[in-house]
Amino acid sequence: MIEFKNVSKTYGHTPDAPKALDDVSLSIGRGELVVLIGASGSGKSTLLKMINRMEQPDTGTLLLDGQDMARMPVRELRLRMGYVIQSVGLFPHWTVARNIGVVPTMLGWSRERITARVAELLSLFDLDPAAYGPRYPHQLSGGQQQRVGVARALAGDPDVLLMDEPFGALDPLIRAALQDEVKRIHQASGKTIVVVTHDIDEALRLGTQIVLLEQGRILQVGSPLALLSQPASERVADFVGRSDVGIKLLSLQGVGSLARVGAPENAPSLPISATLREAVSALALHGCNRLNLLDVTGSHAGVLHAADLFKHSRMGAQKGIEGSTHHA
Amino acid sequence: MAVGALLCLPLVRVAPNRLVSGEAVSFFTLLHGPVWVLAALLIGLFLLSLAPSRRVFLCSSVVAAAVLSVGLGVLAARHAIQVVQVDTPFARTALGSGLWLAWLLMGLVLADALQALRARTLARLGVAAAVLIPLALLLASGGADELSIMKEYANRSEEYWRAVVRHCQIVALALFFTLVIGLPLGWVAHRYLRAGRAMFPLLNIIQTIPSIALFGLLMAPLAWLAASWPALGRAGISGVGLAPGVLALTLYCLLPVVRGTLAGLAQVPSAVTQAAQGLGFSPGQLFWQAQVPLALPVVLGGVRTASIQAVGLAAVTALIGAGGLGSLMFEGLFSSAQDLVLLGVVPIVVLGALVDGVFKLLIRLARSATPALELAQ
Repeated sequence: MIEFKNVSKTYGHTPDAPKALDDVSLSIGRGELVVLIGASGSGKSTLLKMINRMEQPDTGTLLLDGQDMARMPVRELRLRMGYVIQSVGLFPHWTVARNIGVVPTMLGWSRERITARVAELLSLFDLDPAAYGPRYPHQLSGGQQQRVGVARALAGDPDVLLMDEPFGALDPLIRAALQDEVKRIHQASGKTIVVVTHDIDEALRLGTQIVLLEQGRILQVGSPLALLSQPASERVADFVGRSDVGIKLLSLQGVGSLARVGAPENAPSLPISATLREAVSALALHGCNRLNLLDVTGSHAGVLHAADLFKHSRMGAQKGIEGSTHHA
Repeated sequence: MAVGALLCLPLVRVAPNRLVSGEAVSFFTLLHGPVWVLAALLIGLFLLSLAPSRRVFLCSSVVAAAVLSVGLGVLAARHAIQVVQVDTPFARTALGSGLWLAWLLMGLVLADALQALRARTLARLGVAAAVLIPLALLLASGGADELSIMKEYANRSEEYWRAVVRHCQIVALALFFTLVIGLPLGWVAHRYLRAGRAMFPLLNIIQTIPSIALFGLLMAPLAWLAASWPALGRAGISGVGLAPGVLALTLYCLLPVVRGTLAGLAQVPSAVTQAAQGLGFSPGQLFWQAQVPLALPVVLGGVRTASIQAVGLAAVTALIGAGGLGSLMFEGLFSSAQDLVLLGVVPIVVLGALVDGVFKLLIRLARSATPALELAQ
C-alpha cells in the first residue's frame, strides 16, 4: 500500500553532507506491521516521516495505493494516518478525552460519535473512560500518557499507524505491556503499522517485517525469522547479535507449538502463551527437563519436554530459511 | 522570612508620627480617648511579630495591620480638622514621614503574613479592599479634606482628573501600539531565528537610552514630518505633545513584550507542535489551539512588565508636553510644592499597582487553563 521508489534525502546543502536516505526502494504491504530499525543516523526516522510528509524526499517518489503522495493534500493525508512520537506530545491544556477526540473533531464527526469513540479507545487500553477521560495529561504516568498517545493516533480510524520510537522513554515492564497491546491491536484491526525503533528485541517481538537500515541504505528486509537465521551480510549478523541468535530465535516461537499431550507432571508450570525463550529460562532456573503448560483459564494444556525444545529450534531455523526465500 | 520582616516592626514604635510638616506632631502626643486602641494594636502587632508563625497569630497580624493602616489614616485626617478648627483656618496639615513609613511597614506585614498563610488571590483582594475601601470612603466623604494634599486637590480637581485621564490615554495608546507591533515581532523572532538575533540588540539599545534623551531624539524627526506633510500635523503628529510621548513609550515597551512572546512560544513543548503537525493540524489550528493557549501566561507576563513600565514612564512624557500626571508632579517639583508632587505621584503608584493586580489575575486565569505545562514537557 505504501511504496518508496528510489528515494534519496540529504540534510544540509554542503556537497559532502552525508545522505540521510540513499536510493531507498521499499514496499509496505497492507496489514503489515513493519519495523524500521537501525542505529541513530541510519535514516529510519526520516523514512517514517516521509510517509506522512513531515519530511520531503529530494529525489524519488512515494506511492500510497499506487498514487503519488506528493500530489495529495498534506492535511487529508495526515488525517488518514495516525502518528505517535516518543515524547508523546499530548496537548497539556486539554483533557485526555479532548486529546483523543482531536482528529475525529477535525474530521467533523458528531459529538456523540466522538464521545463513543473516546470511551471505546480508553477501554481498549484498560483505562476507565469515566475516571481518565476528564483528567489532564500531567495527572497520568508515563505509560498511561503513551497509551493515550496511541489512542489519539487511532481515534480517527486511520488506514496507517506511524510510530516513531513510541516506547523508547518507558521502563522495560511498561514497554513490554504496550508492545503486547500494539501487537494485539494490529492483529485485531489489520491496520498497516510502521514502527521505528533501535531496539532489536522490540523489532523481533513486534514486526511481521523488519527493515534494517544503515547510513541511509537498506541492509535487509525480511521476517524476524529470516533476519536471524539468514542474515544477508556480516553487518546484519552483527546487528542482530551473533552470540545470542539462538536465544532470539527461541523468543519468536510459542511453547504451544511444542506441547505434548500428557497428564500433568511433577514439574513447574508456564502459561501456554509464553515463548520458548521463557521456557528455557524456566528450565534453567528450576533445573528440570519438563514443564507443565497452562492455558488462559489455568487448566492443564500439555507438557513441554526440554529435548523437543532443542530439536525443534534447529528445525525452526530451517523453516526460517524457507521463510526468507518465500519472502524474497 | 516572616520573622525577618516582622523584626522591622520596632521601627514603628521608635519612629513617631509627625503630622505637621512645620512642627512635628508625634503619634504619642495624639494618644487620648479611642486612639489608645491603635496604640494597643501597635503593641499587639509587635508582640505578634515575636510569636511563632502559627495560623492564628498570622491571621491576627493581618487584622491588626489592616485596622492600623485605616486607623492611622483616619487619625491624621481628624487631627487636620482639629487643627483648622482650633488654630488657624489656613493651617496646613501634611502627612508626616512617620505615617508614610507606618503604611509601608503595614503593607509589608500584610504581604508577608498573607504569603505565610498562602492566601488565595481572592483573600488577598479581600484584605486589600478592607484597607483601601474605608480610606477611599474617608476621601470621598470629605473627612480628609483638611489634609494639605487634599487641599491641593481641591484647588485643581479639574486639572487633576484631566491629568489622570490623559495619563491613562498615553499608557493605553502606547500599550495598543506595543501589542500591535510587539506580538507579531515576537512571533517573527520565534519563527525566524535570524530575525530574532537582529531584533534583540536593537531593542536592548533602545532600552538603555535614557527616557528624556529618547524624547529629545524623537522631537526633531517628528517635527520634520509634521512640517513636511501638514496633513500629519493636523492629525496630531508633531515634535511635542502626545505623539512623541506615545512613540517613545511604545519603543520602550517593545522589549518586554517581544521577549515575553518569544519566551512564551519557545516554551511550548516541541513534542506538542510536532504531534499536532503529524496529526494533521493546519498551521492556523496549530497556532490558535496549541501555541496561543500554551504561550499565553508567559506572553502576559511580558505585557505586564511593559504596562507597569508604561505607567511609570508616562510621567516623564509630561516634559515634552504630553500631559498626564507627570505634569502635576513636575509643576510641584519646580515650585517646591511637595504636596503637589505627591498629588501626581500617588495616583501613578496606585495605577501601577492596579495594572499589576489586573495582570496577575489574568495570568492566573491563563495558567489555570494550561495546568502544569512544565510537568508535561
